[in-house]
Amino acid sequence: MLIQSVFAGFGGQGILRAGQIIAYAGMAGNLYVSWLPSYGPEMRGGTANVAVVLADEPVASPVVSTPSVVIAMNRPSLEKFAPMMQTGGKLIINSSLIDIVSERDDLIQYQIRANDIAQELGNPRAANMVILGVFQAVTGIIPDETVEEHIRQSFAAKPQFIELNIACFRHGKNSISQSGINA
Amino acid sequence: MTKVLMKGNEALGEAAIRANCRNYFAYPITPQTEIAEYMVRRLPEVGGHFVQAESELGAVNMVYGAAAVGERVFTSSSSPGVALMSEAISYLAGSQLPAVLINIVRGGPGLGGILPAQSDYFMATKAGGHGDFRLLVLAPAGVQEAADLVMDAFDLADKYRNPVMIIGDGMIGQMMEPVEFREYNTPEGIDRSYANTGAKDRPPTIVKSLFLDPQQLENNNLELLAKYRLMEQHEIRFEEYAVTDKMDVLVVSYGMMARICKTAIDELNQEGHRVGIVRPITLFPFPSSAIYKAAARARKVIAIEMSTGQMVEDVRLAVRGRRAVQFYGRTGGIVPTPAEIRQQLLKLIK
Amino acid sequence: MELAFKISTAMKDVPTHYCPGCTHGVVHRMVAEVLEELNIRERTVGVAPVGCAVLIYNYLNNDFMEAPHGRAPALATGAKRARPDLILYTYQGDGDLASIGFNEIFHAANRGEKITVIFINNGIYGMTGGQMAPTTLPEQVTTTSPDGRDVSQTGFPVAVSEALATQATPGFIVRCSVHDGLHQIQTKKLIRRAFQNQVDNRCFSLVEILSTCPTNWGLTPQQSLEHIRDNTLQHYKLGILKSPEEV
Repeated sequence: MLIQSVFAGFGGQGILRAGQIIAYAGMAGNLYVSWLPSYGPEMRGGTANVAVVLADEPVASPVVSTPSVVIAMNRPSLEKFAPMMQTGGKLIINSSLIDIVSERDDLIQYQIRANDIAQELGNPRAANMVILGVFQAVTGIIPDETVEEHIRQSFAAKPQFIELNIACFRHGKNSISQSGINA
Repeated sequence: MTKVLMKGNEALGEAAIRANCRNYFAYPITPQTEIAEYMVRRLPEVGGHFVQAESELGAVNMVYGAAAVGERVFTSSSSPGVALMSEAISYLAGSQLPAVLINIVRGGPGLGGILPAQSDYFMATKAGGHGDFRLLVLAPAGVQEAADLVMDAFDLADKYRNPVMIIGDGMIGQMMEPVEFREYNTPEGIDRSYANTGAKDRPPTIVKSLFLDPQQLENNNLELLAKYRLMEQHEIRFEEYAVTDKMDVLVVSYGMMARICKTAIDELNQEGHRVGIVRPITLFPFPSSAIYKAAARARKVIAIEMSTGQMVEDVRLAVRGRRAVQFYGRTGGIVPTPAEIRQQLLKLIK
Repeated sequence: MELAFKISTAMKDVPTHYCPGCTHGVVHRMVAEVLEELNIRERTVGVAPVGCAVLIYNYLNNDFMEAPHGRAPALATGAKRARPDLILYTYQGDGDLASIGFNEIFHAANRGEKITVIFINNGIYGMTGGQMAPTTLPEQVTTTSPDGRDVSQTGFPVAVSEALATQATPGFIVRCSVHDGLHQIQTKKLIRRAFQNQVDNRCFSLVEILSTCPTNWGLTPQQSLEHIRDNTLQHYKLGILKSPEEV
């Protein structure tokens, strides 16, 4: 088992945190993990991405050149990473901000209105947790409780946001059967 | 001990604390500033000392001062900052002081960039400063190994009374991986008789690298050389992976680059090719003999680096003309992908 | 018979390499006597400079480390932070401290490092053979200002002590001279205070000492002392520029 994922979006969309939660949860689930962020001046308001690898044997390259799962929180991320994906890869699209899908017909694409859903549930900043829910649904290798536990830990310093983020995660996880466009 | 998920930079700092180092002096520079941010919180908890220096010159000379009074000490920086430190690094070596130096390499030359690179191989292994000296250079390929090597680095620095450099790249500093800190005990019987601890009931100690008499200076340098020879006998470390008889290609690569190569190698070997890799862990002393032996078992040899070709020179020396040594590298902060390495290896296989 | 004089136990009984009329030896002896009087020699570590005093460790009887040019305050910082129980002093000339090492001295002072700095200002690079220093007087002839220091091109003498004294961090910053007996007595008292401050863990202390370089000034020892009195003192005011009691 090897999941080579890329979480990508604008700086400030909680991309790195979403990736971190999965990395922590993966480790807690006895998987080998690596979390490799892009870093540099582009992090201040520009694009941000992190490669998260989950594997049942030691991770060789933390650099992901052909992702099997991509989370695209904005359009530049989709345009950059969709062409690099493996055949049969799963592309998760934040359709609140992206009005296109990839032209590739060898991908499984999921559209989710992450910002709108998070807004409806209380705060658009939790869009990253909606989309994390989709990631959880389409990968399904870490128990839900483990991921939720690490969401709680991630927001331990701001406990008032925990329930909102859990709600967003669950909503995202439960919504993909309606939103997978090629599924 | 339990596993924790940590950023490489933070793991480097934590490992130093667990190696009973209580002194850290540094100046901010991307991509390793998290070490200072970590240490400024962590050191006071264990009674340690941190100063944000006025420059890398200040930082490394504070290291020199703390080392001279016999205390464990380290600093960290990135390429241009380490270049600035080379003055005192030479003094540390000449004065035979133990210290640990971490270089989280970024692209150069000049101000260069802030993205990962391996373009300081020459600086680390050949030209860490002026004069006849060497650093013992350790190159981890992941967060766990980085933490382990930091602990080893302090012991090696004390064992040889020589500065030890940990060389990583921006990736290793910024990435998070699980790490488990091993139980650590400072070796017993470390000789601190050189240290400036106050001339009570003994003659004064003098920590210096000035020898105006050429014979004395030559003697000092031969003493250093003898230590480097001992390192070559006892401290060479490397990893071999998929090294077999009749390889199509032998890869030599170090640090994170070697892990990227491994992914490409795994893919190729699953398709029936035979590609192996030797990953030097000590860059000085260099695992020449292991590379020579492995090269003899391969049709072709290639060095792969994030530079325009630095370690490849040592690989060629190691192979002693027995094989032509090819080279592939990216530079400037561009990290070759596994797919890119795969393409390069396929070209050699065909 | 009563013993009238003996050499300080903090001084080694060896001849120095200093030129006739050089005042390094005078200041060395003052430092040694202070270390003995305060009974701190056995926990004192000196930091040697680059310059004529590079071999100070051959003359003073305390532990020493040798700094790269100008970096002595950084070494002392690292040593003092790592071992606060030790007494750390640097002994630096004006090329070392005021030129290549200005950044290190400035920030050590501004951090308020609890160290003692002995700053020998003779306005010239002695060891390299008499080149202009930042502290060289206007019109003074050196090998790199053969027509006299031209202040329009090279600026005025750098006033290190004044520069340090303007910072808000408490410290003990003084300038004194060793050109005659009276001033030597004052200088030794100030050196003693500078070490006492450290013993009391009080503040950063720097004693700037106007000194001679007969060889490179091209003067006799006696003329050199008169040169300080008649010329150097016109550019460098003596006194306590800052003391921790003020703050």
